[in-house]
Amino acid sequence: MSAQRLLIIGGITLIVAGMIFGDVFAVFVLHQNANRIGETLLAVADAVAAKDSAAVNALFTNIGGFLENRGTKVDAHVHVIDFGYLALLLALIQPYVALAERARKRLALLFIIGAVMLPVSVFSIHYVGLRYSPLSTIGWASIFADLGGLFVIIACIGELIGLSRRVRGSGDGIAEGRSDKDRSWASRALFTGGTLLILVGFLHGAFYAVFDLQAHESQDQVALETLVNASAAQQSKTTPNMGDAHTVVEGYGIIQAEKAVNIAAHSHIIEFGLLAIMLAFIQEHVFLAEPWKRRWAALLLSGSTVLPIFVLLELRLGLVAGGIADVGGLLVIIALIATLVGVLRTKRQGAAA
Amino acid sequence: MSGSRKLLIISGVVLAIWGMSFGLYYALFAEHQALDKIGGALATGFTQGAQGDLVEARASLQVYADTQFVYVRSVDVHSHWIGLAIMLIVFGVAFDRVGLTERRRMLLAWSLVIGSATFPLGVILQTLDRGIIPQAVAAIGAVLVITALAAIALGFARSERDS
Repeated sequence: MSAQRLLIIGGITLIVAGMIFGDVFAVFVLHQNANRIGETLLAVADAVAAKDSAAVNALFTNIGGFLENRGTKVDAHVHVIDFGYLALLLALIQPYVALAERARKRLALLFIIGAVMLPVSVFSIHYVGLRYSPLSTIGWASIFADLGGLFVIIACIGELIGLSRRVRGSGDGIAEGRSDKDRSWASRALFTGGTLLILVGFLHGAFYAVFDLQAHESQDQVALETLVNASAAQQSKTTPNMGDAHTVVEGYGIIQAEKAVNIAAHSHIIEFGLLAIMLAFIQEHVFLAEPWKRRWAALLLSGSTVLPIFVLLELRLGLVAGGIADVGGLLVIIALIATLVGVLRTKRQGAAA
Repeated sequence: MSGSRKLLIISGVVLAIWGMSFGLYYALFAEHQALDKIGGALATGFTQGAQGDLVEARASLQVYADTQFVYVRSVDVHSHWIGLAIMLIVFGVAFDRVGLTERRRMLLAWSLVIGSATFPLGVILQTLDRGIIPQAVAAIGAVLVITALAAIALGFARSERDS
């Protein structure tokens, strides 16, 4: 298997794995975690009303733990997908990397090992903690995550050295095809569709930055101040009425949710656009009949449009929109798996199809 | 390789290195301090509230909000510079597919490159000055990128129609 093929297969597998992990995380962890943070914030309000400073500090330590749980899972999801994109990007530049095929294969393998090791280790940080660690502040999971990152960096430096050798003209003729020559319908559709998705993502991001971002930040601060004031106002009462504080916590949750769906929609639509463009480049390595390539390209673009739109509508339409967004993600996953199958097939099987 | 492709690929690599260097600097020298400050100010604000000192509580929450403002923009700038760099490289690989003359492609490439550098620059400048100038820099950058993207999409569509 050539370095380019290894990177294409590794890249698509990483993206699929990252998307499935993201779906599982969203369904089983994200919302439950947000609820726990909300409940703890309510307990903080009660502790403020009871003048219990020690409890306030203990509860904020718990919130820190919930945020770490959420943060490490989001990091694992983002890194595994981004490494997938990087693997596809490295696959695209393989024809320009002036190194022996054996060296390129080793770099590709090193990159994939690092790209798996880093997110798996980041995911483990919350569970492993500092157990058996030789260091007082960094656990084994963080050490292995850093080692994975180092592997990726070494592989990228190796690729850059190969590119610079090519620029200096010392590269030998490389047999692998030029992936920018494919002009099939699927490739063209993925190209144009991907560019449009990035454009829409940019427009949405600009709109959010201009009209909503600062408002959300001010509302966030006002909500927290109001929560402290409403809770403190109950300190002198024998039977505290925490109704106002609870309403503020609910409002605070809505502000956080609005921020989260806007950022998620913005990043997903742009990343899907980039993914579509990268898949446009690798269509010549997908050994499927042309009509099937068209179908998978159309499915990928449909899912890439549906997911961010319905993530954005989640606050208005609730679980229905969340479900439709998940279906959009599933369409992208199916299209990616089908593309992966096409890459794994031999040229002969593709021609027979 | 055409001039516009060279411009996009070289600028993309430079911007990616710049974005990663900024991220490394931020992670090593600022991020942990910022996160500690955010968490600390929030907990302190509520503790002061529990002690009935609402003036100090408000001041702590202001520290929380200010630090959060800087943190969000710093992380955004890091990810946007790298994301835009990847976009420049990807477009650079296939820029000859845009159905426009090389002169126009060069114009679009410059628009993308300048926009990709200045849009996050405007955002990070907001952490130093919350006035109109950094916002204008970010807005101009965003407009350049958006306009170029629209023209590129049109160019791709035109090229596909012609082929």
